[in-house]
Amino acid sequence: MKIDRRSFLSFVIGGAAGTALSPLPWKLTDDIAIWSQNWPWTPVPQKGEVSYLNSTCTLCPGGCGILVRKVGERVVKLEGMEGHPVNDGGLCTLGLAGTQLLYGPTRVKTPLKKVNGAWRKISWNAAIAEIVEKLSDLRSKGLPHTVACISGSDRGTVPELFNRFLTVYGSPNFMRTSSIQDSYELTLFLTQGVRAMAGFDVANADFILSFGSGLIEGWESPVYMFRAKSTLRENGGRMDQIEPRLSKTAAKSDKWIAISPGTEGALALGLAHVIIKEKLYNKKFVDTYTSGFEAHKKLVIDGYPPDIVSKITGVDTATITALAKDFARARKPLAICGRGKGYIPGSLQEFLAIHTLNALVGNINQTGGIWAVPEPDYISWPEVEMDKIASNGLQQERVDGAGSKAYPYARYLLGRLPEVINSSQDSPIQVLFVTTANPMYAMPDTQAVAKAFEKIPFVVSFSSFLDETAVNADLILPNHVFLERYEDVPAAHGFPKPIIGLARPVIEPLFNTQHSGDVIIQIANELGGPIADAFPWDSYDACLEETLADKWDALVEDGYWSDEVFSAADWSTAFETDSAKFEFTNEDIESLPRYNPLKAKGDEAHYPLVLIPYDSMRLASGHIGSPPFLIKSVEDYILTANDVLVEVNPATANEYGLKDGKYAFLRTPKGNARVKVRVFDGIMPGLVAIPRGLGHTAFGRFLAGKGVHYNALIGPVEDPASGHDAAWGIRAKLSKT
Amino acid sequence: MSTNEKVNEVSAETTEQDDSAAGPIILFFIFGLVVSLVIGWVVFPKILYSRKQQPVAFNHALHNELVDEGCESCHFFREDGSYSGVPKLAQCIDCHEEIQGESAEEQKFVEEYVAKEREVPWLVYSRQPDCVFFSHAAHVKLAGMDCVTCHGPIGESESLKVYEENRISGYSRDIWGKNIAGFKRNTWDRMKMDDCAECHRKNNVNQNSVQTHKGGCFVCHR
Repeated sequence: MKIDRRSFLSFVIGGAAGTALSPLPWKLTDDIAIWSQNWPWTPVPQKGEVSYLNSTCTLCPGGCGILVRKVGERVVKLEGMEGHPVNDGGLCTLGLAGTQLLYGPTRVKTPLKKVNGAWRKISWNAAIAEIVEKLSDLRSKGLPHTVACISGSDRGTVPELFNRFLTVYGSPNFMRTSSIQDSYELTLFLTQGVRAMAGFDVANADFILSFGSGLIEGWESPVYMFRAKSTLRENGGRMDQIEPRLSKTAAKSDKWIAISPGTEGALALGLAHVIIKEKLYNKKFVDTYTSGFEAHKKLVIDGYPPDIVSKITGVDTATITALAKDFARARKPLAICGRGKGYIPGSLQEFLAIHTLNALVGNINQTGGIWAVPEPDYISWPEVEMDKIASNGLQQERVDGAGSKAYPYARYLLGRLPEVINSSQDSPIQVLFVTTANPMYAMPDTQAVAKAFEKIPFVVSFSSFLDETAVNADLILPNHVFLERYEDVPAAHGFPKPIIGLARPVIEPLFNTQHSGDVIIQIANELGGPIADAFPWDSYDACLEETLADKWDALVEDGYWSDEVFSAADWSTAFETDSAKFEFTNEDIESLPRYNPLKAKGDEAHYPLVLIPYDSMRLASGHIGSPPFLIKSVEDYILTANDVLVEVNPATANEYGLKDGKYAFLRTPKGNARVKVRVFDGIMPGLVAIPRGLGHTAFGRFLAGKGVHYNALIGPVEDPASGHDAAWGIRAKLSKT
Repeated sequence: MSTNEKVNEVSAETTEQDDSAAGPIILFFIFGLVVSLVIGWVVFPKILYSRKQQPVAFNHALHNELVDEGCESCHFFREDGSYSGVPKLAQCIDCHEEIQGESAEEQKFVEEYVAKEREVPWLVYSRQPDCVFFSHAAHVKLAGMDCVTCHGPIGESESLKVYEENRISGYSRDIWGKNIAGFKRNTWDRMKMDDCAECHRKNNVNQNSVQTHKGGCFVCHR
């Protein structure tokens, strides 16, 4: 028998026929189909019991209650808590993306120490021993005041533990991240004599006059403001937005009044002029419960008639007059300020000018008005006993100058810190703690801030993430993220009632992290003596439970405690000034430099345009970097690929030969960047607008390198009245590439 | 010789050759057929599945005698109506915190898993791809079906059978069925989509989504 080509073909054909008659091809097809639907990298949700735990979001100062949905031990979703006084079931995009911060790749997983520029893993004990050695050394040299702390907040047990530690150690240099909180606190203090937080009863107002505040773009407590704005509109209320750019808030308003940036205070004084001249102010309130009215009247009548104000602000006189009349005639008018999300403190005189509008219409501590909400007072730890070193240290002036002769009213002036350090031979700060803050990203003039931080010999970051500040620190002591730890959230910014939220661990910590509160207690214990005595608690959790005392059970049960029946103090008792009245002006206010619109830095000849920033709910611009979900949601007219688009008016685009969608060079006195141009009717000519929250260098591949960092292009402008940063923009040049 | 004659001659030769090779060619055909049939029916199923032992030999029959509520004693519905599936250690611990009997498997279970608080990595015969949405509550509570209908008399078994894992798809052999051709004798012999559909058609189950009233794929694949 000869085996040739034919017999081979015959064998193959027989084989094919046999295969077709066997289950092999059909079964294989089915299996491959299933295999192709189950790639190993396709995320498959965990199976298990579904549970909900209540907690509080700490990603911004909004204080929203959240429900954490878990499947088995996996956190799968964050939802707004129904019935919560602040957010009632709502949650913002950042909160919704919170799980990505928990499981995402930007976490610091273990304490890290920088050795020759590279990170090395280090044990908690070794890390704490290193800090203790540095701190003991400085104390023995009599330099305790060279230790400082930058914290995102000064309220609540964790910031208070840091503050208490610095105090008993001997340093006055506890600093809070600046924001419009600073300006509103000063405003309430100077005019009403109270140390209080500003609350806004937006929901019950009937006319909101917003001087650039992004009511639906993250101003104060974002979700509360969304809801309040909706209620206002449902009740037929009106909302006017005064700002140079058609923001989302402006687009949703009844009227958008474009104004030359930085002149909002002048417009407020102009409105006061009309209201007083036309005798439209609330006589009952002004006559009985205020003082300094005559002086204020003289100021606005003489200095701010509509025609002059029109020249300063670019708003025509008819609009000014009509706006003033409408505002004063509304039943519950409310004027608010603080641009965008309110992360820049702004000009104190501007705040005073706008706040006095509320006084003129008598809408202070009234339904639909601005309320002075008492600062939380549940933390009542025993006084610390200080040794001589600590007492001496505390007598030193604060390094940021807050409370000094030059800046008598400010409590913290973090904005001045880089300048102070850069202008000294040796850094006045030897050891810096940074907690819930990312100053190297969030402070203006990034280069100057980096230079200052470089000069500080030892920077300790308590960040859960590898943010810009952590990357440049010497030691990172990673905190648990908010879903892994207990913490009290003592207030919701802008919410008109006292409320305490409780963030609580919904899962075991994923990594080798520790609660910053525990770390501080441990450092104190190891330092010994009076410092250890000031921290009698075994752990942070014990400290928190003891501090919250009778509120603890309610907090654990409901996730929050609120003073439901709270109403702001009656006019007769509300004001703790010398006159016991609302003071339009007084000796303290008189001693401040007068209102003058602050100019943008830079030489007009070289920089013909003005760069202003804007905020978006889709970009986190505080100490947290936007998680991937957020970046995904950013509109393509803000960010395309890695390019940021800057907005210019068609007239400006024509003048400088700029084309929509094309690259351009943006130059400011502080830096330059390659950007794309978006020609946009909704911005005044002569301006360039850029979003905040982009241009990160840290936070990994989902965020780093996307867009341009606004703070790298601008520098701070010191407000002559408060010392805080009041920069609203900077001069700029935009040219074709 | 004319051209026609040439052609005839060549074709005659060819016919002769064909005749002589026809036998072996058929033989090769049959050989190929038999080899592929043996591969397809016998060898292929053996290669396709890897055989795995369960981490602990579990006796369903023994446990079934000791509990009051049958299968649902351990495979229970949670308060929210969702189905707990294979028990977690937390349920076993109620009885097995300490060693109860003299079984070596129980000792292994207590020492390896209970004492170390490790979940037992059970191999689940009925695990389906994640793209299938199946509600136990709808079938057991609403339709009143027996566990046996789909899962077979596993509750009466004294040991767990070998888990045969499909090397390509990663799922158990029990989904396609023991029979490689896909034939079945009992309702529980297979768990493919066609088997779901067969029962749904037979019982005239609403083929549409309750929420959207739309029929088709998204009732189960959602």
